Amino acid sequence: MPFKFDTLSLHAGQTPDQDFGARALPIYLTTSFVFKDSEHAAALFNMERGGHVYSRISNPTTAVLEERVAALEGGVGALAVASGQAALHLVIATLMGAGGHIVASRSLYGGSHNLLAYTLPRFGITTTFVDPRDLNAWASAVKPETRLLFGEVLGNPGLDVLDISGVSGIAHEHHLPLLVDATFTTPYLLKPFDLGADLLFHSATKFLSGHGTVVGGIVVDSGKFDWRASAKFPGLSQEYEGFHGMNFSDESSVAAFLLRARREGLRDFGACLSPMSAFQILQGIETLGLRMTRHIENTRSVLSFLVERTGQSGEIESVTHPDLPDHPDHELAKRTMPKGCSSVFTFNLKGERKAGKAFIDALKVFSHLANVGDAKSLVIHPASTTHYRMSDEDLKLSGIHPGTIRLSIGLEDPKDLIEDLKKGLNAAAKA
Amino acid sequence: MKISIDSHDTFVYMGKADSHAEISTGKPSIVFIHGAQLDHSCWALQSRWFAHHGFNTLAPDLPGHGLSEGDPCSSVEELSSWVCRLLDALHLQEVYLVGHSMGSLIALDIALKFPARIKKLILIASAVPMPVSDALLDAAKNEQSKAISMVNNFSHSSQAQMGRNTVPGMWMLGANQRLMERQKEGVFFTDLNACNNYSLDAALLKELQVPTLIICGDEDKMISAKSSRKLADQINASQLKVIKGGGHALMSEAPDEVLALIGEFCNK
Repeated sequence: MPFKFDTLSLHAGQTPDQDFGARALPIYLTTSFVFKDSEHAAALFNMERGGHVYSRISNPTTAVLEERVAALEGGVGALAVASGQAALHLVIATLMGAGGHIVASRSLYGGSHNLLAYTLPRFGITTTFVDPRDLNAWASAVKPETRLLFGEVLGNPGLDVLDISGVSGIAHEHHLPLLVDATFTTPYLLKPFDLGADLLFHSATKFLSGHGTVVGGIVVDSGKFDWRASAKFPGLSQEYEGFHGMNFSDESSVAAFLLRARREGLRDFGACLSPMSAFQILQGIETLGLRMTRHIENTRSVLSFLVERTGQSGEIESVTHPDLPDHPDHELAKRTMPKGCSSVFTFNLKGERKAGKAFIDALKVFSHLANVGDAKSLVIHPASTTHYRMSDEDLKLSGIHPGTIRLSIGLEDPKDLIEDLKKGLNAAAKA
Repeated sequence: MKISIDSHDTFVYMGKADSHAEISTGKPSIVFIHGAQLDHSCWALQSRWFAHHGFNTLAPDLPGHGLSEGDPCSSVEELSSWVCRLLDALHLQEVYLVGHSMGSLIALDIALKFPARIKKLILIASAVPMPVSDALLDAAKNEQSKAISMVNNFSHSSQAQMGRNTVPGMWMLGANQRLMERQKEGVFFTDLNACNNYSLDAALLKELQVPTLIICGDEDKMISAKSSRKLADQINASQLKVIKGGGHALMSEAPDEVLALIGEFCNK
């Protein structure tokens, strides 16, 4: 029987060090690797053998991270990069050039939205944003020059649950791949490839590393998409002058994307991950299953508390989480994420911006900062931080209320978290 | 390279860009034959090396597999006859012939019938007979995804189940699973049935004079090392190399060892 999730989380991709028997993964903090002889050097450069040449392209510590995440996701391989943003950029830059077009969910992390809406158009790559719940909108937005469909498994900020089966069906009808950002769910809660996604990426900064210590990203290839049959990706299925005239689809029937992303993308764009960072992310992954279970348990405790404080007599106007029956994607979440779906969510305080500020300032256990997916509980008030320049009207158009609070529930004792939130709610009520 | 065999487009990987891939009469030729439900890419970490080290290198996709058109052949004998037609079409008189699993039966069958065409024979994860369980045959016929998972699991040693690929970032089990899933419906059963039905007169093996290298893994759960040893004992001109900790998918589990063994044997 194949090894199970928790065993792979600890072992996949690694065997004890052969020189000294080190059980923990050695950190190969080296830029380069000595060739055995000139023949070996030539064979590595020409992809006749596997191995490492230079740490911008690959590194033994980083390779363990890549192999482990690929194993957990059920992919053919993975590629670790400097951040989640670098991961998204690498996928796009591998699949298209100027003239390319993307159809993306409009419920995206702000950084991803910026890249697609403002930065990539300068390089000739455009995006049509669609309501992620509207399958007809996805289909209607596809153009002859479209090369990718992209959404988040759980959208931002309303935790819209992406109908991966439905959107991938549309993608495949048009011979296009579906990329998903799986950062919030991790492979512990949902495996996008089982539902039809072709490529995925994580901001490993969040739950994979899990301790708020390191920035990193990782792209995983399902190996399911047939680039040659699609006929829309000559960069993956025709000879490439930039790498020995190699036809990546001839070299590997299932990993052409990863070959080009590494051999061109990492080589030329250079957004590699430090082996030190790879080690730290792997330390997090060793306990991924345990942590995600606790994240979800704590989230459910906090949700119950917040729902109690909602309504006419409470301080809260609404709570947005797919676990709750009034969320529009409640049934889809139950079906596709039976273990739970997120420890990051939002709720709206009654009152104006000042209520949000008072809430945040009263908290002692939750840390006020711009991150999610830490072992420690985190909080942010978008109207006074990330979106503070926006008018109340513009905020509403972005799906954000002046009193919207985003929580990322950590691993503390849930009773302490609830006590802390009570202090915040009391302060908000007095503001 | 694409070549027409029996009026069907046949893909042959040559280890180089098509614009540079020519068969040179001054070079030795090595042919790699893949196993059931696979294609040429299972030889990635052996074939490309030979293509850049003085060999005409040919790793075809068998009929109905990978990028080759046509229906899969229903017997090992038909497959060996097809490979001979491919060699004829490429004007190759004498080759080093390498086969893995089902491919090893094809290679052996050719060596027995046309020994003059084979300079040296390399059989990887091989045994004769090569029985396939009824459960697997039934799964391959009626529930291909289940058969693929079974074979993928059995094809990798306990160590390989944890990975540690020599190719950075690649997860061996996932890649093998997807490669098998990529083949057309019906191919798997036809291939496994061909393996199961193949038999030969053991006396013929004794008479085989083609120098033969047999490579097996001591953790192969598809074809035991014991069966490979028995085959080696039957072929006088053979030698057996056992890869410690290796399973059935040796070309990806132990790529450098397999390459070194083939290279040393061919260059001797």
